[in-house]
Amino acid sequence: MQRRRFLQATGSGLLLSALPGLSFARVATDARLVFVILRGGLDGLAAVPPYGDANYARQRGSLALGSPGAANGALDLDGFFGLHPSLTGLHSRFNQNELLVLHAVATPYRERSHFDGQDVLENGGTDAAAFRDGWLNRALAELPRTDDSQLGIALGSTVPLALRGSASVTSWAPSGMPNVNGDTLARIAMLYESDELLSTRLEQGLAADALADSGGMSMSRGRGGRQSLQPLARAAGNFLAAEKGPRIAMLEATGWDTHANQGVATGGLANRLWDLDRSLELLANSLGPIWQNTVVIVATEFGRTVAVNGTRGTDHGTGAAAFLLGGAVNGGRVLSDWPGLAPSQLYQGRDLRPTIDMRQIFKGVLRDHISIAERQLSARVFPGSNGIAARPGLTRNA
Amino acid sequence: METVIAANRFGLGARPGDLPAIGNDYQGWLLAQVDGPAALPRIIADLPPSADVLAEFQSMRQDMMKQRQTAAAADKPSPDVVNKARNILGPAYRDQLMARYTVAAGTEQPFRERLVHFWSNHFAVSADKPTVTALAGGLENEAIRPHVSGYFADMLLAVEQHPAMLLYLDNQASIGPNSKAAQRMQRFGRGRRKADINENLGREILELHTLGVDGGYSQADVTNFSKVLTGWSVGGGPGRLRQGQPGQFVFRSVIHEPGKQTVLAKAYKENGIRQGEAVLHDLARHPATARHLATKLARHFIADEPPATAVDRLASAYLKSDGYLPAVYAALVESPEAWDNILAKYKTPSDFVISSLRALSVTPDQPQQLIGSLMLMGQPGYRPGSPAGWGDTAADWDGADGLMKRIEWATAVGYRAGNFVDPPRLAENVLGSALSEHSGTWIRRAETRAQGLTLLLVSPEFQRR
Repeated sequence: MQRRRFLQATGSGLLLSALPGLSFARVATDARLVFVILRGGLDGLAAVPPYGDANYARQRGSLALGSPGAANGALDLDGFFGLHPSLTGLHSRFNQNELLVLHAVATPYRERSHFDGQDVLENGGTDAAAFRDGWLNRALAELPRTDDSQLGIALGSTVPLALRGSASVTSWAPSGMPNVNGDTLARIAMLYESDELLSTRLEQGLAADALADSGGMSMSRGRGGRQSLQPLARAAGNFLAAEKGPRIAMLEATGWDTHANQGVATGGLANRLWDLDRSLELLANSLGPIWQNTVVIVATEFGRTVAVNGTRGTDHGTGAAAFLLGGAVNGGRVLSDWPGLAPSQLYQGRDLRPTIDMRQIFKGVLRDHISIAERQLSARVFPGSNGIAARPGLTRNA
Repeated sequence: METVIAANRFGLGARPGDLPAIGNDYQGWLLAQVDGPAALPRIIADLPPSADVLAEFQSMRQDMMKQRQTAAAADKPSPDVVNKARNILGPAYRDQLMARYTVAAGTEQPFRERLVHFWSNHFAVSADKPTVTALAGGLENEAIRPHVSGYFADMLLAVEQHPAMLLYLDNQASIGPNSKAAQRMQRFGRGRRKADINENLGREILELHTLGVDGGYSQADVTNFSKVLTGWSVGGGPGRLRQGQPGQFVFRSVIHEPGKQTVLAKAYKENGIRQGEAVLHDLARHPATARHLATKLARHFIADEPPATAVDRLASAYLKSDGYLPAVYAALVESPEAWDNILAKYKTPSDFVISSLRALSVTPDQPQQLIGSLMLMGQPGYRPGSPAGWGDTAADWDGADGLMKRIEWATAVGYRAGNFVDPPRLAENVLGSALSEHSGTWIRRAETRAQGLTLLLVSPEFQRR
């Protein structure tokens, strides 16, 4: 269709140079690593509810998930923690010992800005200005190799900070205009709140879109929906499964900044979690037998407030949940030094108190799965992290 | 506030660092850019001249016609004219558009460059007419740029003698009914085609380029002026129009209508090409022209409904200086009305693309994306579709669908470039005091840098200038 082609021709010419040829190479390691960053601050208490903590239901109020067995209740993990009911795929991975759930984790970042928080999660330092390149790229630079082809790939039109740096990496994204997600449209509506002209035009534009869609005019412009991670996750698996393909891939998912109406067992957040769960299953399937030698790290820049805010959502917090999954993961358990949810146990009286440094997890995976010596990790991948020991036992071969 | 207006409304949008560099001498910064002639930007100077592009196109067309005749005789399929033409026109159009937006994205003289775009739109030709596809940029670069800080009369003459304008408004084959050629046609012709004038160029010069639609001219003036202009043509055309340097302006006395003509109550004696030049010279000095141009400039730089006081001031500066444009620009920049409202104008899609490129300190690198971006948002490059050019008020651009397209485009830019910028700081750097606390907050609260950049680009402050 003309219109489609037309949209594909657009987008900005900004900063986009031709894709480097996808030539990959032979490396010492056969292990595969995928880093999935959830931008916006995943609500760890919704994704991994500690239903066994007596304070959970009390503190979470209307957003608390029911215990396993209750209608729309959590999926049980270990009698204390559960998984959000949307995460059925992850739950079965857990039962196959392929999912390790982490809770009350955080980077060293203790403020509440998305941009800076994501920078710290990706640059591997202690603050946003620490490094201008990313820890995954520095890890790539440590891998022994026989030629100069790319071992890292970003599934997206640009390379995120974690993968940026001196080691050459590539990126891939399907062509076409990205769709404008509902969250961004909602924010634009707020942005236009006091601008009569633009708010009217936006309303009219959205109404016209709705009509076009309901009339089956197949004119959908990819607006208002959500950017699904699924196609990119499947593509990541295909790239990593290729014999001479990349070894490390990075995926980005947005839409976790649930300030308003985040829902409980169903709703906006539940839909995001469902898409993530489906995406991870697609990734596993497209990897085929390589899944057995894969670790997927799913992490977010920070968690969210324990209490519900005034708009049935949650605000920026601190301690978060994260996942390690894959055939190489020593899973089937929850790794957490649980700080508790009583008011006195919270960080600054509002957030889940972090008890595990994310860098311990990153270092543990890089050491035991990718075989980068801890000395190299402390000196070059996470410079200045001598006091932060690699967490042992995260993978099966460790 | 004045600094922001200078950079964003008079200029093409601030790049990070521009606002502090302009500082308090914003008027001096603007006027220095139009103080006398300036060299052509390198990338523009390197483009092949219109005459070369046109000559190549003409010779291709003649070859094709010959081949078609032979092919028809031999009963062979006719050669693919369309594709061949595309191979000449496409690259020329693309290179001109890329050069235009590359210069706009990086120029240190954004006020001068905005004026180039303004005059190019005033003297609009449209690349959707195949003969003009590869020439529209040439008109801008060859007829407008050299005179943007000179006399209007010189620009007017250069434009009306440029092949792009002559071909766009069909003057190359406008034949005086009493010209030598017409007489010859009557004598030898089979009487099917009567030689006559084409009024298109004469009318648009009066209506659009000089006096304005209410400028007080009559149909007789249009007819007579069109007769004056017969013979203003382009060399290297088909058939009898082959004479002259291919692709260049030529005056063909054989098709020129001989004799005296009266335009706007003044008689112009027969003087070949000089007759038309004399009319243009007088049109350029006409008070209606002064008012027409003053109104358009004030609408572009001050407000959709330009204040009468400012229009009067500009028109009087125009007449006093004999149409010396820097004097008019000075009156514009010194008009207090220009500095009242920080966001007086809604950006056109072209403004939006250029100011986005400048905010991000990048130049376009993919022609198809640049062309597609402008098309997506409703302002395809060099293709206004009519000699009236693009509209210059919010109502021309602020439709709901247009806004949705801008949101889509800004989303794509967010994904591409968001990771490389700090949106809240960028917002302050390029919007300065125009940035409201409300928008600043929403940009700061964005979930990702990509989203933050999208919000900045679609914000009410960035959508206006």
